Amino acid sequence: MNAPAKGFTPSRRDVLVVTAATAGGALLVGCSPATLLSIGAKTDFGAFGPFIKIAPDGAVTVISKHIEFGQGNHAGLAAIAAEELDADWDKVKVEQAPAIAKVYQNIGMGVQGTGGSSAIANSWMQLRQAGAAARAMFVQAAAARWSVPAGEVTVKNGVVGHASGKSATFGELVADAAKIKPPENPTLKDPKAFTLIGTDRVRRKDSAAKSTGTARYTQDVHLPNMLTAMVAHAPRFGGKVKSFDDKAARAVPGVVDVFKIPSGVAVVASSTWAARQGRDALKVDWDDAKAERRSSDEIMAQYHAIASGQQTPDGEAKWQVFQTGGDPAQPMSGTVVEAAYDFPFLAHATMEPMNCVAEIGGGKHKLTFGSQIPTVDQLNTGKIAGALPGSVEIETLFAGGSFGRRANFQSDYVSECVHIAKHVGDGRPVKLVWTREDDMTAGYYRPMVHHAVKVSLGADGFPAHWRHRLVTQSIMKGSPIPAGKGPDATAVEGAMGSPYLKATPIVDGQVSLPPAGVPVLWWRSVGATHTAFVMEHTIDQLARKAGKDPVEYRRALYQKAKADRHLAALNLAVEKAGKAADGWTQGVAVHESFGTVVAQVAEVKLDGGVPKVGRVVCAVDCGLAISPDQIAAQMEGGVCYGLSAALYGQITMKNGIVDQKNFDAYRVLRMSEAPTVETYIVPSANKPSGIGEPGVPVIAPAVANALLAISGKPTLSLPFVKPA
Amino acid sequence: MAATSLDINGKTVSVTAAPDTPLLWVLRDELQLTGTKYGCGIAQCGACTVHLNGQAVRSCQTPIAAAVGAKITTIEGLGGTHPLQEAWVKLDVPQCGYCQSGQIMSAAALLAEKPKPTDADIDAAMNGNICRCGAYQRIRAAIKDAAQNASGVAVAKA
Ligand code: FES
Ligand code: FES
Repeated sequence: MNAPAKGFTPSRRDVLVVTAATAGGALLVGCSPATLLSIGAKTDFGAFGPFIKIAPDGAVTVISKHIEFGQGNHAGLAAIAAEELDADWDKVKVEQAPAIAKVYQNIGMGVQGTGGSSAIANSWMQLRQAGAAARAMFVQAAAARWSVPAGEVTVKNGVVGHASGKSATFGELVADAAKIKPPENPTLKDPKAFTLIGTDRVRRKDSAAKSTGTARYTQDVHLPNMLTAMVAHAPRFGGKVKSFDDKAARAVPGVVDVFKIPSGVAVVASSTWAARQGRDALKVDWDDAKAERRSSDEIMAQYHAIASGQQTPDGEAKWQVFQTGGDPAQPMSGTVVEAAYDFPFLAHATMEPMNCVAEIGGGKHKLTFGSQIPTVDQLNTGKIAGALPGSVEIETLFAGGSFGRRANFQSDYVSECVHIAKHVGDGRPVKLVWTREDDMTAGYYRPMVHHAVKVSLGADGFPAHWRHRLVTQSIMKGSPIPAGKGPDATAVEGAMGSPYLKATPIVDGQVSLPPAGVPVLWWRSVGATHTAFVMEHTIDQLARKAGKDPVEYRRALYQKAKADRHLAALNLAVEKAGKAADGWTQGVAVHESFGTVVAQVAEVKLDGGVPKVGRVVCAVDCGLAISPDQIAAQMEGGVCYGLSAALYGQITMKNGIVDQKNFDAYRVLRMSEAPTVETYIVPSANKPSGIGEPGVPVIAPAVANALLAISGKPTLSLPFVKPA
Repeated sequence: MAATSLDINGKTVSVTAAPDTPLLWVLRDELQLTGTKYGCGIAQCGACTVHLNGQAVRSCQTPIAAAVGAKITTIEGLGGTHPLQEAWVKLDVPQCGYCQSGQIMSAAALLAEKPKPTDADIDAAMNGNICRCGAYQRIRAAIKDAAQNASGVAVAKA
C-alpha cells in the first residue's frame, strides 16, 4: 500500500520550538515557551478559572480564547461549557480572552491562536472540564448548605436542587461555591445526556450587536487623543522607499506628521479622511532593485515548464515526493487520462480591510484589533517595541472576516501600526487604516498553483497508476517554523492522503516549490482550495472515460480505500439531493479537510455561458455536532466563498504590479448569484472537528463536474468566468 | 472652517469637516456613529449604506454638501426594533457582521418602497451589498420574514 510522505504540517512541538527560540527562551532550560511568553501577563483568575466567570447574580460568562470573525465559534464554545455546567443558556454571555499564551494557548498549536478550523476541536475537553468543575463546586456548596449527599443534588438551567424541594440559583450559591477547591478531574456527562449541545438552541450570541451597528470592530475604535495613519506602500512586492516629498501632504489640514517606516511612508493625521488626502498628496520614489517584477503569467509559465520537464528545478524548488506507492518506474499502459490545471492568486478580500490600533511608549504596549494569533502578534510587537512579548497587551475585537489573512508570521499590518505608534510615542493611540486598495494589493494571497495529472486505468476501469506533479509557492517558507524533512504539507494536503490515491496501486506524487517574490498565505481551506478541485474533477473525468457513473465510481473507490466517512457523506448528499430539477444538471464532489468530510451536490445550468448554481445539497461529517444551525451557516457561507473564487476570483500582475485593486476589478459573489444551500449532518459520536473551512473547497469541483456533464468538457483553469 | 449643519437620525448636528468630505467619514470619525462601515470607498460594496430622505445611498460617495437639508438615517437611527433587525436576530443572519449594517439599510429602503418584495426585487435592491461571509441566503430569508411581520403591523395600524 502506498503512503503519504511525512508531510510538514507545523506540529505543536515545532511551534513551541520556534516561539521559544524567537523569544530567546531556548536558553532558559526548564521553562516552557508558553510560560516564558506569558511573563508580565496577568494570571489571577476568579474561583472558576480562566474560562468561566460567574457574577454575584449568577450570570455566567464563558471566556473564549478564540477570535470570532464570523465562523460562529463563540456560540459553540460557550455551549460546551454551559452544557457541562447546566447553566441557563439564554443568559450565558461570551467574552474574548486577553493574550496569555500559557493559559489560552490553542492546544493544537502551542501558541494562542485561531486557525485550521480548530477552535471547537481543541477546546472540547478543556471547556467541558471547566464547566463540569464549576458545576461540581455548586453541587458541593449546595450539599454542604442543605446537609444532603452531593450525589443527590441536581443542576438544571442554572438552578441547583434536591428531591426534598430545596433549591437555589447560581446567584444564591456562588459565594459558597467560589470557596470550594475546583476538582481536578470532574466527572463529565455522558454525551447521550446532553440537553443543549447538538440542539437548535445553540445560537449565536452576537446577532443583536451585529444587527444594530453596535458590535465593535477595529475600524470603530476611538480613543482620546487618537491619531489615524495611512501608509503609502510600494507598488511592487519587495520595493523600498528611495525618497519622498511630503510638502503637499503636510499642507493637508489635519495631517500631523509624515515619516518613513520599513514598509513605506506613513501619514499620520487627525482623521481618516485627512490621512487619506495626505497620502494622496504624497510623492514617493521607489527603489525596485529587489522587487518582484514578473507578471503572474510569467510565473505560471515557469510552473508549466517545471511540471512538463522543460525546466529542471533546483535548490529549494527540487522535486519532493509527497506520496508514493508500488513501482512508479513502470510504464503506463492501457487507457491513459491526462489533465493539467491552473489556479490563480486569490485575495482573501475580507469585508473589513486590515487595520490595527496600537499604543506604544510611556511604559505601554497595547494593541486593540482582531488578533488571530495573539502570541505571534505579541512576539512581533515586542521585537519592534523592545518589550517582553508577554507584557504586550492585546484586546481582541470582532474582526470583519479573516479567511486566513490575519494569521501571518510577520504580523504584517500589525507591525506596520506598531512602527508608526512607536514613532509617535508616549503611548498615544494610533489607528492604522488600510483602504480596500491597500488590502487587495498587499499580497499574502493564496498562491498560484499548477497541477499535471496523468492516470492509467486498469482493466476494471479504476486507476492503476497515478502520476501527479504539483508546482506552487510554499506558504510555510520564511515562517519561523523550521523546515522539516517532508514537503510543505500546506501545498499538497488533500492530494496527499486522498482516498483515491490510497486505492491506486502505483502512485508517484511530487511537488516543486519554486520561490517567487509575492507574499503568499493560507486562504480558507488552504491546500484543499486546489487539491480538492484536482482530485474531484479528475475522478469525474476518469469515471466518464471508464464508462461509469461518477457517484458509483466514487463509492467503489471509497470501499477500496476503506473511506467509510466519505462514503457515508456521499450517500447522504446524493439521497437528499434526489433528482435535479428540470433544466438543471447535478455535479458531485466530496473532500475531507481539517478532519471533516463534506459531500456536495450542486445543481448547475449555463446562463449566457456563465455557470449559474441554483441549489447545493451538503452532507457533513464533523464528528459530534455542537451547533447544527452554525454548521449550516458555515456550509452556506463556505459555498458562497468557494463559489465566488471559482466563478470570478483572480489576482493577476503585470510587470510586478497587481491589476485588481478593488471590488470593481476583483469581482465577488453577490446576492443574485448565491445558491440555496441545504445542510444535512451525518450522525456521529466522534469528537467534534472543524467546520469553518471544509465547506469551501468542495463547491468548485462539484460545479466543474456538472459542467462536464453538460458540455463534456473539463475545466482546466479557474476562475470559470474569465475577464473580458 | 465653516460648520455644516446636518439632520441625522432626527437630530440637527453641526460638523466642521470640509463640504467635499464623504458623509461616511464624518459619520464615523467626527460623530462616532460607527455602525456605518467602510468597505471599498467606490460604491461597490454597500457597507456604508445610509438613507437620504428614505433612499438608500452609499455614504462613501456622498459628500456632506450633498446631504445638507436631507433627512439622514443611519443604522443607529433604525432603533434596534425594526422588523428587519428582529428578523436578522431571529434567523442568526450575521457571520462576521461587518456588512450587516449596510445590508439592513438597503433592505429597509426596499421594504419601505415595496412591502412585499419578490425574489427579483430583493436581487435588484441587494445586489450592491457584498457579504464576503456569504450570508446571502439568510439575508433573503430575513427580508421575507420581516416583510410578513411588518405588513402585519402596518395593517394593524391602518
Ligand atoms: S464603502 Fe461605500 S460602497 Fe463600499
Ligand atoms: S457577515 Fe461578514 S461580510 Fe457579511
